[in-house]
Amino acid sequence: MIPHPGTDSKSPTALPNGPGAAALLAAGIGAFLLAALAVAADHLPAISRLMIFYRPTGPLSGVTSSAILVWLAVWAVLDARWKRRTVALRTIAVTALALLALGLVLTFPPLGDLF
Amino acid sequence: MEITVRALWTLVHGMAFGGLYLLACSGAVVELGRRYAPAAASPITARDETFLRVYFIAMTVLAWLTVLSGAYIVYPWYRALPPAAAAHLANYPQRLLLSNPATAAWHSLGMEWKEHVAWLTPISITMATVVFLRYKREIKNHPLLRNAVLCFVVVSFLAAALAGFFGAEIDDHAPVRGGAILHLMQGGHS
Repeated sequence: MIPHPGTDSKSPTALPNGPGAAALLAAGIGAFLLAALAVAADHLPAISRLMIFYRPTGPLSGVTSSAILVWLAVWAVLDARWKRRTVALRTIAVTALALLALGLVLTFPPLGDLF
Repeated sequence: MEITVRALWTLVHGMAFGGLYLLACSGAVVELGRRYAPAAASPITARDETFLRVYFIAMTVLAWLTVLSGAYIVYPWYRALPPAAAAHLANYPQRLLLSNPATAAWHSLGMEWKEHVAWLTPISITMATVVFLRYKREIKNHPLLRNAVLCFVVVSFLAAALAGFFGAEIDDHAPVRGGAILHLMQGGHS
């Protein structure tokens, strides 16, 4: 079997990289979505009201719960699709890390306020 | 010697859960970076693997306990609104910070950042733990995956450190206090 370009194929292993790639990409998406929802709730009163799942905690409850639910759902779907596959891990890892970095940057209020 | 219930929960959230996570995370970064590198000299034993498995699960539990206790126990006390005629804001930390231009940024920047960035920690470390549990020592054969997971663990540490720093400073400027008083010890007279 010819390894997929961009995969780390130095030594053949029993486990393909698919499950790991699914976990990485889902975590990147989750981190980015959390920051994006936080920015949206901060700027749009309608979203802010929608995100109040638990009143004492305010919109933070909905922002975090929604991001976590989507993260876990995306992870489950990607894992089901990739669990026996070898995928282009380099591209996926770079995408996941870029999403994580964006998530980190967007949570910084002065940068989130630019949108 | 006494402490209020709210102050105790703030301590548990920040020091018992968050502080312990930071300590554990620095150890995990070293272990993953050193022992699980493809060029690592010594083989990974089953005992090492079991230890790291328990270690990562404990970190994941600590990360979730930190954000959940912060968001659902301490944060509601922090953001509580005072009654209209309240003369003192000591029991309303958010309002107390915002009432003074010299401390307002501890809320508008510090808390606003902390309350969101902290959640990157459990997301990142849960992913890292599941990958580690799944691949075990075989992760040495996936250097790209190992490096990417390591980056997520480092970001989880940074996010927890940021949240910890702002949490400590905010509590210094406007402590979360109130609730029942717990008597810890009877002081003696000198």
